[in-house]
Amino acid sequence: MLSLAHFLVLGAVLFAISMVGIFLNRKNVIVLLMALELMLLSVNMNFIAFSHYLGDLAGQVFVFFILTVAAAEAAIGLAILVVLFRAARTIHVEDLDQLKG
Amino acid sequence: MFEAIVFYVFSAILVFSALRVITARNTVHSALFLVLAFFTCSAIWLLLRAEFLAITLVLVYVGAVMVLFLFVVMMLDINLDHLREGFWKYLPLGALVGIAIAVEMGMLLWVNFAGVQSNMPDVPADYSNTKALGNVMYTDYVYPFELAAVLLLVAIIAAIALTLRRRKDTKSQDPAEQVAVRREDRVRLVSMPAEKSE
Repeated sequence: MLSLAHFLVLGAVLFAISMVGIFLNRKNVIVLLMALELMLLSVNMNFIAFSHYLGDLAGQVFVFFILTVAAAEAAIGLAILVVLFRAARTIHVEDLDQLKG
Repeated sequence: MFEAIVFYVFSAILVFSALRVITARNTVHSALFLVLAFFTCSAIWLLLRAEFLAITLVLVYVGAVMVLFLFVVMMLDINLDHLREGFWKYLPLGALVGIAIAVEMGMLLWVNFAGVQSNMPDVPADYSNTKALGNVMYTDYVYPFELAAVLLLVAIIAAIALTLRRRKDTKSQDPAEQVAVRREDRVRLVSMPAEKSE
């Protein structure tokens, strides 16, 4: 009844939603990071679907590592955001133009 | 049959909350909808018999990463005025591109994978996904495992080093300076005539 394609299409839809999220929310850095997390979630969904339908645990191992990297990246991204906010008092991406020539 | 119903209900909730993440006006709402999305995705992974990763998603992603996001969202005094500038301007084109990408990917994936049934071997009742993952992780994938541990260490150090603030008036020793001291900085030989004491 449920085939591999169902889960892959779900992953594709999530990926497209997160891409549109990055298009639309270019000014809000926090929602950008959240859209990135959604993108990683869609990729994880793909891996787990393939792991189930091919009967191979390698997909789940890879998701384990993707989760690790995503958590580390979210932590560092938010640390950068916090330090930036301390200096600039804004998360409006357009105000972050100090390196502009 | 029941599986299909569960799948459709949960994926509807997942897609709806993903849409609300990117369209919510309030950033706290976005974060909360992302939490809902992760929970729902975890339920879908339980359908796919990836129990360890489903629980890990809740524990790690929702429990740590999303809490971190919420901390930061609450800490930063966000001025909502022009954060959504350009949202409505880019919405038609963005939605069009998004729908086009989703439809293209969906068509391709549907055509190729629609008939693929599960190749998962029938497992006994006491099958433990955690144990099976552990068996694989610590034998075949132990090297990436150790690398992931180093990566986490680097992330800890980076996050602390970025946000650490020191008080300017604390005094402390600097062992590097102490070790780099030269004799000329500390000892000065002065030639003096001997004093006679009467």
